[in-house]
Parts: sequence; C-alpha cells; structure tokens
Amino acid sequence: MENIVEVKNLNFNYGVAEVLKDVTFSIEKGDYVGLGGHNGSGKTTLVKIILGVLSSNSGDVFVFGQNVNKFKKWHKIGYLPQNISLFNPIFPATVYEVVSLGLISRKKFPRKITEEDEKIVDNALEELEIFNLKDRLISDLSGGQQQRVFLAKALVNEPELLILDEPSNTLDARTRNKFFNLLNDLNKKKGTTIILITHDIGHIGEHANKLLYLEKSVVFYGKLSEFCGSEKMEGVFGHESQHLICHQH
Amino acid sequence: MNISFFEFISYGFVQRAFISGIFVGVLCSILGLFLVLRKLSLIGDGLSHVSFGAIAMGLFFGIYPIYFAIPVVIIASIFIVKLTKKAKIYGDTAIGIVSSVGLAGGVLLASASHGFNVSLLSYLFGNILAISASETYLSIALSLIVLATVYLLYYELFAVTFNEEQASVSGINSEKINLLLVVLTAITVVLSIRVVGIMLISSFFILPAVTALQISKGFKSAIFVSAITAILSVITGICISFYLDLPAGASIVIVNFILFLISFLWKKRM
Repeated sequence: MENIVEVKNLNFNYGVAEVLKDVTFSIEKGDYVGLGGHNGSGKTTLVKIILGVLSSNSGDVFVFGQNVNKFKKWHKIGYLPQNISLFNPIFPATVYEVVSLGLISRKKFPRKITEEDEKIVDNALEELEIFNLKDRLISDLSGGQQQRVFLAKALVNEPELLILDEPSNTLDARTRNKFFNLLNDLNKKKGTTIILITHDIGHIGEHANKLLYLEKSVVFYGKLSEFCGSEKMEGVFGHESQHLICHQH
Repeated sequence: MNISFFEFISYGFVQRAFISGIFVGVLCSILGLFLVLRKLSLIGDGLSHVSFGAIAMGLFFGIYPIYFAIPVVIIASIFIVKLTKKAKIYGDTAIGIVSSVGLAGGVLLASASHGFNVSLLSYLFGNILAISASETYLSIALSLIVLATVYLLYYELFAVTFNEEQASVSGINSEKINLLLVVLTAITVVLSIRVVGIMLISSFFILPAVTALQISKGFKSAIFVSAITAILSVITGICISFYLDLPAGASIVIVNFILFLISFLWKKRM
C-alpha cells in the first residue's frame, strides 16, 4: 500500500521547549487516522510540519513519497485549520472568493480563476449546502457556516489527503453529524486519506480506523482493534478511556 | 478663478496633474487595501520619512532627488522586512526604526548644506500642479509596471493577505510575496512625493482603502471602490485647489476624508 505520509525520527523544539521527540509513523492511502493527545501534546505542530509550514529540527517528512521541503503538488492536500475564526474580521471576502482560493494551488503563474473553476466552486458549495451563501461576506456568517466554507475550500480540489484540525469545535449537533458523514463518505467512496486532529479522544473511535496518540512522542499508533485489545494501552489510558474510544464505532 | 472648466483642463500643467494624480492615486489605493488588511498601513508613512532623507541626499550630491530616492527607499523597504524577521521584532517597530533614521539623516544633511532647505520643503508638501512632463511619464511607466505586477500576482497577494499560513499550504511563497508588496509600496511612495508630498503620503494609502472597507461586498469590489475613491478625490481635489487657490495635496486628502465619512455614515444607516 502506498504511503501518503511518512514521518521518520522527527524532533521539533520551540526555543528550549521540546515539542516533538523522535516521532516516527506512516499513513497509508485510504487511512482515516484520528490524531489525539492532550492540549500541548504537539498535534498541531506535527501537522504544520507535515504541511511544510514549520521546519523540523531533525528527522524527515515525506508526503506522497516526496520530501516535504521539495513537495509542489499542494492541490493533493486539503487543510482545514484550527481556529478559522482567527482570520481578519474586517476582510471583505465573499464565500465564493474564499472557496476559489482553494483552487490556486493547482494553478501556475499567472494564476487565474476560469468559468470552469467557478462551476467547480459552485459544486463544492452545493455539496456543503452553502450555495445560498455564495455572495455573502465571510465575516457576516456564523461560526458553523464559516467552518463549512473553509471545509468547502479544503475539498474544492478533491484532495487525496485531507487534514482537519479540531474541526467540530464550532458546529451544532446536526451540522456536526452531517460533517462527519461527509468525511466518512469521502474516505469510503473516494478513498480520501484523512487525518483528524482532536483532543477529544472519545470521538476518535466513532469515525477513524486508526489512532495516533501523541504526547511529544508516539504513545500509540495502529488500528483501533489493536488499541482496543491492548492491555498495555489499558494501562496507559485507563480502562474507562479505552472503553470510551473502543465502543464509539 | 474666473475661467471655465474646459479652459482649465486645456492647460498642459493641469492635464499632467490629472494624469499623474490619477495613476498614483489608483496605485496607492490598491496597494493600500493590501497594506491596511495586513495591518501594515503605516509602512507608507515610514517609507515617506526615508524618502525625505533620500531626497536630502539627492539634493546634497546634486542628483535628481526622485531618481535617487527610488533605489534608497526600495532598499529601506527590504530592510524593514528583513529586520522584522531577523531581529524578531514587530513590523511597526521596524518601520519606526527605519523611518526615524531616514528622517534624522534628512535633517542632518539639510542642516549641513545650508542651501537646499527651500527645495526640500517643496518635497514635504508636494505640488501636483508643478509636475513636469518627464515626471508624468515616469509616474505612468512605473504605475503601469506596479499595476501589471498586482494584476499578474492578484491571487498570490489575495491569499497571503487573507491568511499567510493557508497561502503557504497552497504552495505560495508568502515571504517572497510580502517582500514584493513592500517593494511595490516603496516605488509608489516615491512616485507620490510630487503629487501629495512626504507629509501626506500615508493618507493616499489608507483613506481610499478604509472607505472601500466600509461599503464593499467582496475583495474585488473593495479594490474597485478603493480605486474609484482615489480617482474622485484626485479630480475633485485638483479642481478645488485651482479654483479656491488651496494646496492640491491637502485638498485631495480632505476630499478623501469626506468620502470616508460619507461611506462610514452610509454603512451605519444600513
């Protein structure tokens, strides 16, 4: 099976603070990986290194078989960042303009959005049921609506790897269910590889088929069935937490 | 003044003022939108102070000041970006350092020369109605280069301004785009000196942009509104200046501010 992400002996420090220590794992095509860990365990930092936003102190990261420092095919990756509401609240961009930004990773200089691209954006908006918001300013929308706009931006290229950082924070229960059903469909029907970051490990078992648990280093990485049957992990997490994760799916 | 509008616009110096003013105004207003949204609106002010020092140096060495100022201000703009990154200080602090050094250099040279204080003062407040033909051609040529660059790199500039991290994940080199934005701003600052003067340059960057932000319903529409605001301000400001015998740069700025107030009140009523 093709490795979509491969991380080898990765170390990262912010100044003197050690954030990631000797992290090694690989994610195969079609995996749906729940990335869990406490706040400050290095989850978001790890994802930012995989995305080339941060550079590691040592170790190697390969994305689609290529070193991330040389990787160019960014349209293969969709990314939904944490804290989407941190964008500039006075920024006058429409929903259409924000989602169309997702397409520029596949464009070469001079990057232009064509009429065909507009149809692709329209389809993404329809798929997330936000077509009616197309001409609204992003800053005028609720947190849940903004979340769907940014998901549409992440999905507009039909990425082979989708990385979502704490995606359900601002969603109501109904939207949240639809959101995770959409991710399940993408994973099962289109074979999209998904990395879902959450500090709420109770939800990982509900959706993912693999668990990567991080506390600076990898505490556990493998299939959920392996996690659920592991006495060692029961020792690490406690019986209740292990039970909670394992009986969500 | 007792002449008709058509007679007024038939004068060569008036035509040059309109052409230079509109080109430079549009340029400032478009770049200003990116700068305001990136919270870099005071970079225009900082670089104008550097241009004061550069113009003083040009006058001191007997070189045409605008030609001398262009490379000096470009270097200063790059220095601001590098200083922010390498010294790990905020952008406004780096702007403060570079602008105060530029201003201090200008004052020292003016004091040492004893001869060109009057010329230097004319650059402080500008005089759009005294722009020469060669300055007009320079304004047009450099404006077209900057506008073409913004057009060709529109999505890169838009993406980096919207969210730098997400732009990087789209394969855009945010660092290079940031550098390009400040270099384009540096060129525009120097072009604006004769139109509006060193003291009022930052208003050319800020006011049309904040007017557009009050009423625009999208990013492309904000660029359009910002440019239209600048054009209206330049035309009205020059006319007011000529007919009421007032300084042109200051008149343009006051018209710009009135347009901002109208857009602000209109938004509040909605």
